[in-house]
Amino acid sequence: MSELLPPLKPEQKLDVAALLDGIENYHPRRNGWTWRKLVPDQKLYEFCYRETSTGVKNGIPLPAAHYFENIDPQPDCVVTTEIASGRLEDDIRRMRMAAWHGADHIMVIRTAGQSHIDGLLEGTPEGVGGIAVTRKQCRVTRRALDLIEDEVGRPINYHSYVSGVAGPEIAVMFAEEGVNGAHQDPQYNVLYRNINMHRSFVDAAVAKRIMRSVRMLQIDGAHNANATSIKAWKVMPELLVQHAINCAFSVSIGMPKEDIALSTVPPDAAPAPAMRMDLPYAVALRDLFGEYKMRAQQNTRYMESDSRDATVSHVMNLMISRLTSADIQSTITPDEGRNVPWHYNNIAAIDTAKQSLVGMDGMREMVKIDRENAELRNRIRELKERAVLFLEAMIADGGYFASVEEAYFVDSGEYPETHDDGIRRTMDGGVGVGTIVPRADDYIAPVCHHFGENHLPRSVEKPCHAIGGCTLCDRDKIPFIDELDPEDNVNVRLAATAELRERDLVKPEVEWAGDGVVVVTMFLPAGERVAEAAALVLGKSMNLTDCEVVHKRVMHPAEGTLIELKGRLDVAVDPATLVIPEPPEVISDEEIRDFVHERNLKVVAATVGQDEHSVGMREIIDIKHGGLEKWGFAAEYLGTSVPIEKVLDAAIEHAAQAVLISTIITHNDMHRDAMQKLADLAAEKGVRDKLLLIAGGTQVTDKLACEWGMDAGFGRKTKGIDVASFIVKTMRERGM
Amino acid sequence: MVREDTFEHAHQYLSGLTDEELKVRFWALTQEIVDPLVELARAHTSPSIERSVLMRMGIDTPTCVAVVGECDSRGLLGHGAGHVVLVVMQALDFDAPSAAAKLANGDADAWAVVEAKWGSTR
Repeated sequence: MSELLPPLKPEQKLDVAALLDGIENYHPRRNGWTWRKLVPDQKLYEFCYRETSTGVKNGIPLPAAHYFENIDPQPDCVVTTEIASGRLEDDIRRMRMAAWHGADHIMVIRTAGQSHIDGLLEGTPEGVGGIAVTRKQCRVTRRALDLIEDEVGRPINYHSYVSGVAGPEIAVMFAEEGVNGAHQDPQYNVLYRNINMHRSFVDAAVAKRIMRSVRMLQIDGAHNANATSIKAWKVMPELLVQHAINCAFSVSIGMPKEDIALSTVPPDAAPAPAMRMDLPYAVALRDLFGEYKMRAQQNTRYMESDSRDATVSHVMNLMISRLTSADIQSTITPDEGRNVPWHYNNIAAIDTAKQSLVGMDGMREMVKIDRENAELRNRIRELKERAVLFLEAMIADGGYFASVEEAYFVDSGEYPETHDDGIRRTMDGGVGVGTIVPRADDYIAPVCHHFGENHLPRSVEKPCHAIGGCTLCDRDKIPFIDELDPEDNVNVRLAATAELRERDLVKPEVEWAGDGVVVVTMFLPAGERVAEAAALVLGKSMNLTDCEVVHKRVMHPAEGTLIELKGRLDVAVDPATLVIPEPPEVISDEEIRDFVHERNLKVVAATVGQDEHSVGMREIIDIKHGGLEKWGFAAEYLGTSVPIEKVLDAAIEHAAQAVLISTIITHNDMHRDAMQKLADLAAEKGVRDKLLLIAGGTQVTDKLACEWGMDAGFGRKTKGIDVASFIVKTMRERGM
Repeated sequence: MVREDTFEHAHQYLSGLTDEELKVRFWALTQEIVDPLVELARAHTSPSIERSVLMRMGIDTPTCVAVVGECDSRGLLGHGAGHVVLVVMQALDFDAPSAAAKLANGDADAWAVVEAKWGSTR
């Protein structure tokens, strides 16, 4: 049980060995799905939010949060991330990072081929393009997530796939292991995994009933039609039909509507006028499926290797979520078009969702969808009518199975237009064909939550009475298999990277501990083909191995190409060998206040050169930003683009003890000139010893500033306290 | 079949329906498509379903595979693999995992119980 493991400490890494230890006895702490708790009109910093939920205990706020007292508002909807590197020991570390950034729905993708394995896998074999989903993998992951959710202070939903030819077994295992949500849609098996259609629906009914027993949230698979079709915007009527079939089938099996989520994708992407095409569909869907949950998936159909392009598409998708509704906001990593997602791209996608959802908080109150707009109204109606025509034709043609034989689905025509290029499957074909068997008159399954005919003796109170309890009633009966393969398992993999952990070595990675993968971004002044070839040579000369161009974008056919080059760097750094400068010493508020008060300290401040930015300097001096005024410094701010002479004259006139200049780094070294001129002029006027000269700016470093005649330089993220401490400390040292 | 977009003509008869009536029709048609699928599922089983029954009886996965495979080849799946195990449990006074293990190992006494009830199919 996770209670036996100590709570995680933010400054310590996950202890994978401890998570594996005693896993055979671990019990998940709960079943079922958890939604976020909405906090109406939540007040954070100076703001009021309309669509946010309870905050987290530990997390990483958005980059700009330090301007707003580090608030980290959490959107109202559950936020998903999809993680599956193929190795559970690496997945769980990424899950922790994801939870800190705002994900509370962790979905694992299964290894290639698992859907065609007739039975369950066991142990922890390495997967390809996903993870081998097994009982041990689920249990260790759930155990890690239990610790992680305690660390962030918010429940985390764990999710995988109840699909393939072993759906009922996977559903049982998931129910037993506390998996909170799963994809389940027999149409997915039929269309995309070529599993026999009869087998798919027969299995699905039992799987769904088991999912219902633990209130596992179900997500359907309709979004795959969008991701597969030649013209994704043409499948909208069909998407409505696919969602409806899985919903109605699930409800008929006994699943409550609130446990059923639609996986819905805005089908288009720019350069199509995507928002105008996608909005009517989003509204039509919500009109028809109002009682169900919406899991807003992001468009992947048109996604390639450009992570910027993917991010913009996703933000537009998020806008649709905010204009309509989303119960779960999915995220797709911006590198999914180039590789199995990497650590930091999961985080990028989560941050994109959080930033967009929070940034558009409450927008719906001011910007409403105009349902009276003729184009919108007509298109919504048209989509619904096209879907109804689709359903009527299916019935006329003999029902679901017959229509799949007729290739109704994933056709590139917008129904009733057809191009006869849909996915065609036959009733007497596919994986698992001929494997369903009619239940005999004496069919018995002496277990709970079984769907279908079951001729148990009438006298039994509970279906599992005859066997003395089933695993869904008594989890002590669940057998645990540790490993079946002595070579392909987590212990062998951990042994291979043990040195990194034992010596705390630092080696770059994107997926797996010690994988050594790095990406170099470079602009090469050459056309596409030459740039790509040159990049490989450059990578080699940087001592990278396995170099591969993962992204390129032509800036101009002749002038140049942007290249992102992936390579492997087989170097690990021992932190014990590093010389890391100590963070600047900070003096207490009281000490500074007394010192400033005794001496009546004054500073003169200005933004110099041709720089019109005043924000940085204001943060350092203004009382409301925790600047120098807070401790009683009198601050004279002269404004922007102030000549150096004027700055120094003002310092002399006001008898200031310190001069603060703010400067941006420029190509022509104006920042250096400004600092040197200030130092020279102060010396010329005989006031250099009486004044502390301080320069600041986003690119300024203490070392550079001192070289150019300053007493100190302060860069990005400097706070008033840093400058105040420096002034007090230096004046004491120098006896000023 | 390739077909031009006949929507303009085909949807005419729907235009008299209100949005609410259209929605009702949408769901009624869906239910009409789904009902036979539910019926098919209610009346059939599969190897995976039977293995899921055995799992719920506390039987480990390799044993589930072996027992269901044997039941399938003996034509017993329609009675329920869990039913087969149950019969052996009751006749020989075993718990479910032990009875299943006997069946998986081809234990003659265990299979004799099964054959006594449903006959020998091989």
